[in-house]
Amino acid sequence: MTTTRAPLNALGLSRADYKGAASTLCAGCGHDSVASQIVAAAFELALPPHRVIRMSGIGCSSKSAAYFLGRSHGFNSLHGRMPAVTTGAHVANPTLIPIAVSGDGDTGSIGLGGFKHLLRRNVPMVYIIENNGVYGLTKGQFSATADRGASLKYAGVNQLPPIDLCAEALIVGCGFVARSFAGDARQVRELIKAAFCFHGTAVIDVISPCVTFNNHDESTKSYSYGKAHEEPLHDLTFIPHYEELAVAIEPGEVRDVRLHDGPVIRLRKIGADYDPTDRMAALTLLERARAANEFVTGLLFVDEHRPTLAETLGLGATPLAELPAELLRPSPEALAAVNREFM
Amino acid sequence: MPQPAEPPGVNDLAVVAATVNGSGSQTANNAIIRAIFRMGIPVNGKNLFPSNIQGEPTWFTIRVSARGYSARPTRVPILIAFNPRTADSDLAELPPGGLCLYPGDGPWRPARADVVAVPLPVKELAAASNVEPRMRDYVANMVYVGALAALIGIELGELRAALAHHFQGKARPVEQNMAVVQAAHDWFAAQGVASPFRLRRMDANAGMILIDGNTAGALGAIFGGVSFLAWYPITPATSLADALASYLPRLRRGPDGSPTYAIVQAEDEIAALGMAVGAGWAGARAMTSTSGPGISLMTEFAGLAYFAEIPCVIWDVQRVGPSTGLPTRTAQGDLISTYFLGHGDTRHVVLLPGSVGECFDFGVSAFDLAERLQTPVFVLSDLDLGMNLWRSAPLAYPAAPMDRGKVLSAEELERLGRFVRFADPEGDGIGARTLPGNPHPLAATLSRGTGHNERNVYSERPEDWKANMDRLGRKHETARRLVPQPIIELEEGARVGIIGFGSSYDAIREARDILRAQGLPTSFMRVRALPLGEPARDFVSRHRICVVVELNQDGQLRDLLRLHCPEHAARLLSVAHSDGLPLTADLVAGAVARLL
Repeated sequence: MTTTRAPLNALGLSRADYKGAASTLCAGCGHDSVASQIVAAAFELALPPHRVIRMSGIGCSSKSAAYFLGRSHGFNSLHGRMPAVTTGAHVANPTLIPIAVSGDGDTGSIGLGGFKHLLRRNVPMVYIIENNGVYGLTKGQFSATADRGASLKYAGVNQLPPIDLCAEALIVGCGFVARSFAGDARQVRELIKAAFCFHGTAVIDVISPCVTFNNHDESTKSYSYGKAHEEPLHDLTFIPHYEELAVAIEPGEVRDVRLHDGPVIRLRKIGADYDPTDRMAALTLLERARAANEFVTGLLFVDEHRPTLAETLGLGATPLAELPAELLRPSPEALAAVNREFM
Repeated sequence: MPQPAEPPGVNDLAVVAATVNGSGSQTANNAIIRAIFRMGIPVNGKNLFPSNIQGEPTWFTIRVSARGYSARPTRVPILIAFNPRTADSDLAELPPGGLCLYPGDGPWRPARADVVAVPLPVKELAAASNVEPRMRDYVANMVYVGALAALIGIELGELRAALAHHFQGKARPVEQNMAVVQAAHDWFAAQGVASPFRLRRMDANAGMILIDGNTAGALGAIFGGVSFLAWYPITPATSLADALASYLPRLRRGPDGSPTYAIVQAEDEIAALGMAVGAGWAGARAMTSTSGPGISLMTEFAGLAYFAEIPCVIWDVQRVGPSTGLPTRTAQGDLISTYFLGHGDTRHVVLLPGSVGECFDFGVSAFDLAERLQTPVFVLSDLDLGMNLWRSAPLAYPAAPMDRGKVLSAEELERLGRFVRFADPEGDGIGARTLPGNPHPLAATLSRGTGHNERNVYSERPEDWKANMDRLGRKHETARRLVPQPIIELEEGARVGIIGFGSSYDAIREARDILRAQGLPTSFMRVRALPLGEPARDFVSRHRICVVVELNQDGQLRDLLRLHCPEHAARLLSVAHSDGLPLTADLVAGAVARLL
């Protein structure tokens, strides 16, 4: 009898060290496949589990924070309020690496304001929206990302236009905006790896079908629709170290986006060339896709020049959460001087 | 300490300056107060102002009291009638024999024979400043400063020092304003107006300071080690965050010059507390400051932090009710709603500072309590305490080192070999927490509100939740012992006890002197925190009748005391009054006397 040893990453940890509790979501839920790609990405990147924090709000997607990275601290907070909690955690300790799972209700409805303000502040984190166009835990209401004309068993036909969360992210200045499909595991994984290495907020809007309430063939958020209609902008590969780019490539075939710490996102052309560093091009693309009912996936926009919130605040090397008491309390002489000013 | 009484009218007077808000009168009024303070005489001021930037009526009452009374005065014998719109009604309030100073070159003329009215040539005197014409309206208020100085004897040297304090030593505005003060003083002195009210230099303020509660609270937070402030602008709490933003850069730099704090102006109060909760979870000393409407918005996060057991500090500088209308008026109406803020059996720790000194002290200790108890701690101040200048002993350096509570390091986890987040080995209801970033493989848990067992793992088992709620009950009992205990003044022979909290202390203190003079001695208890404890029950049981005095409509502290000691409910009576203004001693004494 032979035993096969599980492969270990650079930290000597196995994939199992990045797993979470068993999922309680419906069998086949898109969120579970996203969770497994989070596990894969964190394992492959050899992220120290204790440096990662998993954050969420309320909803099916937010429940899934329990189903990955069990050795990382986490906070399953309030509906739509994950951005605020994550902002506070980041400022208290910028060495932490937040990954958040949210949903289309959590981010697109109750939390839309907080989402946009988080992006405006540029809190460095992976922000995954598991977008299925429907409220699952409350059993089948439309969310704000449901397409006009979409139909649900109990809710009927949606008359209102959808909020495009990628467009919202672009408009408010987010530096990493991607759309993907839970049925495209490799693209999801590569995007998550790139997002983990991005210096700022990285938003990935993953169309993640709800198998119970919104997976019928006419639904634009279903597996069958996604599989039939997904049009990747490019074939996307995350390359952890620049030195690995030795392979000769034809000019014009790929675009390499180099992130500030050295990793590269390699975008291999599929159809028309697409420049993901052009914000107007990204907005134009989204608008064209909307008008033509196209399901475009990939890295829509990347721009790393904005400072993170901790940098904007000018915080020092020691996290606020780790400052010793002597740095938190000024001296008796300092108080005496203050008192004198009020005499 | 009460000072020896002076002859009538000497160092015992009140002035009301009726002006138009946004006209610069705050500079004039604060200069008067600080100058009198510098003369060693007990003084304070209350700004009764509208919710408006410019153009609406505002009244500033200045009270000088050799005995140190600082409640809002009932009888104000000196009127500065600088707002023609309100001047008739202001004049009607003036007692017979009172003095009225008004702009003689303005549209209004006083029509009362039983008061002394002095028209001031404001435009002519303001021109003495040599400021550019567009600034003349601002220095015009210095005309009444100079006239009042001559009328009651404010020393000009101290007025100059007060202006230097206000303008932080900038010579030019000090000289411009003083030129008007001097001109008005000299003009008024030449008019030969006799005044029964005079100031005489005392030595009651040696070592004392003059400060507002919001600044004192902010300084308390700074010396309490605040490292994160998230806030959203709201009257009357804004000046607390402003004071933090003003003093933190000076007082809190690390060895490399970087700040040991962060301030984020949030998009709303929900996010403000959400950020504080996130930072408190990650290990920072986190706070937010707000007023009643913000407290309502923070309800869900307050409940979450209570059940997820996350430390943070929330200041509520109370004002009257919701929405617009009376946001610049004071009240003590958030007591019950804050104590029970949340959903599903929440009872919070609420600190109730009764002085600017306690705003500082509780600003410090709120963080120790929050981290010891792993819970949100509220500090309930109010507009009167927070935004007005009060005389105080110097802010006292914290006597105790910081209490960071039960936090397990990786080394301690290694030694223990297990980690149960909500275990209660000491019986105080408080489990040890680990902070994100702790590298020990046992350290991590996923925090959530309800639905967790004692290992902080998802659970919907009834017995897990019941056990959790029982432990939170034990934690509340621990809080009962740890919070600041009431201040109790027992008076011999008193069968009546008066109970109060917060800024109403001064009106109650003076009212007790009035009642004593009428032959009614009273004991007193000032509640300084919720939850209430045994001392409160004991005080109530010792007195035949207890009158709970508070600045709200329904008697909220009285109701909480009745819940606390239902066996004594019948002896707990209420004097509850809310009209937007601070309580007066006459109102309290009269209401208490009528009840008995």
